[in-house]
Amino acid sequence: LYILFCGGSTLLGYIGIDTIIEQMRKKTMKTGFEFNIMVVGHSGLGKSTLVNTLFKSQVSRKSAGWARDEKIPKTVEIKSVSHVIEEGGVKMKLTVVDTPGFGDQINNDNCWEPISKYINEQFEKFLKEEVNITRKKRIPDTRVHCCIYFISPTGHTLRQLDMEFMKRLSHSVNIIPVIAKADTMTIEERQEFKQRVRKELEMSGIEFYPQKEFDDDMEDKSDNDKIRETMPFAVVGSDKEYQVNNKRVLGRKTAWGIVEVENPNHCEFAQLRDFLIRSHLQDLKEVTHNIHYETYRAKRLNDNGGLHPISTNGTHDSNL
Amino acid sequence: YISNLQFLSMKIKPEKQYVGFATLPNQVHRKSVKKGFDFTLMVAGESGMGKSTLVNSLFLTDLYKDRKLLNAEERINQTVEIIKHTVDIEEKGVKLKLTIVDTPGFGDAVNNNECWKPITDYIDQQFEQYFRDESGLNRKNIQDNRVHCCLYFIPPFGHGLRPVDVEFMKALHEKVNIIPLIAKADCLTPNEIKKLKDRIREEIDKFGIKVYQFPECDSDEDEEFKQLDKELKECTPFAVIGSNTVVEARGQRVRGRLYPWGIVEVENQSHCDFVKLRNMLIRSHMHDLKDVTCDVHYENYRAQCIQEMTSKLAQDNRMESPIPILPLSTPDVDTEKLIKMKDEEVCKDVI
Repeated sequence: LYILFCGGSTLLGYIGIDTIIEQMRKKTMKTGFEFNIMVVGHSGLGKSTLVNTLFKSQVSRKSAGWARDEKIPKTVEIKSVSHVIEEGGVKMKLTVVDTPGFGDQINNDNCWEPISKYINEQFEKFLKEEVNITRKKRIPDTRVHCCIYFISPTGHTLRQLDMEFMKRLSHSVNIIPVIAKADTMTIEERQEFKQRVRKELEMSGIEFYPQKEFDDDMEDKSDNDKIRETMPFAVVGSDKEYQVNNKRVLGRKTAWGIVEVENPNHCEFAQLRDFLIRSHLQDLKEVTHNIHYETYRAKRLNDNGGLHPISTNGTHDSNL
Repeated sequence: YISNLQFLSMKIKPEKQYVGFATLPNQVHRKSVKKGFDFTLMVAGESGMGKSTLVNSLFLTDLYKDRKLLNAEERINQTVEIIKHTVDIEEKGVKLKLTIVDTPGFGDAVNNNECWKPITDYIDQQFEQYFRDESGLNRKNIQDNRVHCCLYFIPPFGHGLRPVDVEFMKALHEKVNIIPLIAKADCLTPNEIKKLKDRIREEIDKFGIKVYQFPECDSDEDEEFKQLDKELKECTPFAVIGSNTVVEARGQRVRGRLYPWGIVEVENQSHCDFVKLRNMLIRSHMHDLKDVTCDVHYENYRAQCIQEMTSKLAQDNRMESPIPILPLSTPDVDTEKLIKMKDEEVCKDVI
């Protein structure tokens, strides 16, 4: 016998409500997760390498057997590649969306538009499914949950293109800015650069993820404050291993030493990985669904004066 | 009188009939040292490529002490500027008046169409000024503000030349000696540097960009010199690192950068090509850079100018001109000959 006191009443026997957590876990493991991550930044900033390093697999477009692009595309292209990766019985369908051509031309006016269009198209796809009379059990989610924006490590300030992009897209997608190829800066230079970048973003009212306004409670706020104060993370990526102090580590070997990717004294890759994957992955999806998607949906509904469910017999005469 | 001279020369004549003009180079040297030298160096490339740091490292100066960095909002409407810093350097009795021409704003905007125009305009203006001075009446104190060399900083982050790099170099390669550099090379592994250099050299060829070529070694130089010269040429574009700070490395105080994983020494040849660049720019080829500027780039400009003027004159029928036009029977033919000659010179010097 097991007596539970609950608000005055007495429950006799063990009900087993707490097992629901285990049931959920089992179900989730069976169904698996979807996660869609976009990388934006001009050519050569190590986007593909970083994504591969983050997920410890060859998941970027460049590794998917696509020929290494010899030419810079004239307009920004959107190229997505999906892989199913598994860890500890949990399956994740990871989609990496690459944006080759961004910022590479002499005239980069409006080069963010194809990206904005892609993000909205995924929202639209999801919305159409949601609004169907007979809906799929699980709507395939291609919405971009997170956009990693690669800042060039100039050591001075943000570039104009960086500001333009983040200004325009921070309201439709979670932007996580990172300082790429951070092994070009000393620790001091890095700190100064980060401070300047944060100040510039603040002055322009640009909010990167995790956005202050979406902090759920004090605990969240305190955790996220700490993270916001360290961002943008200064990262280094690598797919090569070297022997350091009898350990095999991922790193970059130069004439004056080995930069260890996962060494927190060298760069902030480990922090980024923990933040992105180990603590905030689910939150990124939730903010995308509850905030960015809802914003899009509300706008669409307003624009069309109402929403009528449509039939799925092929005639998509939606009044959307 | 004549017999006196004969007497004199007979008296002075030693066994080897030594006249004494072998001392001319020394005389030239002494006069030059007295007069001093001048050199104008332009630096171009986007913000944050380490241009100022490299200039300070090359000339052991601190030219940018009070510089204020603009933030992105302030830079929105900024156009490319041309800023000159002049510094007088003296070393072992030799004076150098060094002018650094900076080009802030280049390549920093969202739309960088023709962002090199202020730079080509500046170079042309200096040529034009010199042209006028040269054709003028008081030629004793001509100021030579022509740009002798342009260091172009290519970012190390890319996979080779970007469109803006190609366009910039093509707009300038017939006006100034371009020396392309790989900036901030300390973020690249030795392998990556080699790949990038190969790629850049390939693309320079492919796009027909005429960067500054080191003159051929004299055939009578010794083997060691020839070998060094060969190595220098195969090392381009130089991968450079600069530093404004002194660090302690291997028991010495050197210019360098301190990272958690090691110390980069600017003057260590196994770390970067800074020493090669400095030696080439200052210690061996400074004079040649000036010569090529005067003999090739300036002469091209001048020939073009004259052709334009004479064709304009033929149209206008005016007799006013800053240059005394000799009575030419068919001015066009002669000018064309001049241009053809200069073209051949250019081809010869630039290959």
